[in-house]
Amino acid sequence: MNRTYELMFIVRPDMLDDDLDKLISTLESAVTTAGGAVKSIERMGKRRLAYAVRRFHDGIYILLTVEGGGAVVHELERRLRVTEPVIKFLTVRIDEEQKRLDKIKQLRESRKKVSTAPAAEAAPAASETPATA
Amino acid sequence: MSEETKTPAPAVEGSAPSERPRSDGPRHDGPRSGPRFGSRSGPGGPPREGGRKFFRRKKVCKFCVEKIENINYKDYRMLGQFVAESGKIVPRRLTGVCTPHQRRLSTAIKQARNIALLPFAGASR
Repeated sequence: MNRTYELMFIVRPDMLDDDLDKLISTLESAVTTAGGAVKSIERMGKRRLAYAVRRFHDGIYILLTVEGGGAVVHELERRLRVTEPVIKFLTVRIDEEQKRLDKIKQLRESRKKVSTAPAAEAAPAASETPATA
Repeated sequence: MSEETKTPAPAVEGSAPSERPRSDGPRHDGPRSGPRFGSRSGPGGPPREGGRKFFRRKKVCKFCVEKIENINYKDYRMLGQFVAESGKIVPRRLTGVCTPHQRRLSTAIKQARNIALLPFAGASR
């Protein structure tokens, strides 16, 4: 079962960069030991929260994209819950949505090709035939 | 004999509900004809002005027109357009978003609320 998950979490704003690096690397190793793979890590920086969370009004957002089964997510969420500087997290499964988006994209491209293809195909075909002959 | 007893009964019942709408009538009319068109006429065109002649632009789904398929909780700026100042999700009849997109939009807004990108209620800003 290979699924793609997006894990967004917020850490407290006064966290030091070194500590954050450490936290991220431990999470990464947790993912690999649980049998998953980290696809990307994005630090979205400090942002004002829409509402106070644990009396914090700001937070550092981090986005983690992970590939793997439910066990990986379970382990990651457990770790995030235990880690104190993390004030909020959200896990979203994205592979199915991505599949749907790809399908739509493909559909749109194929539709575009139908309108442009006859003209595009005719030109190379015409240029090729004299060359072979 | 049984028919005779039946016929008066509805008449008696009918008179009772007929009175009820009369009392309810003005209450229903109040919000509908009153401030609703005036205050929220934004995308719906100008408010009603005297008589039945009033023009309202047809609302179209923003996502269908701009071909945005990816409604994601991460771009809170885009989602913010569909959230009222109080933090509520704006209904379809006001924004003109089509049903499938509104469904995705609402889940995205709820996810964004969960991760403090959008407020649950009453933005502090």
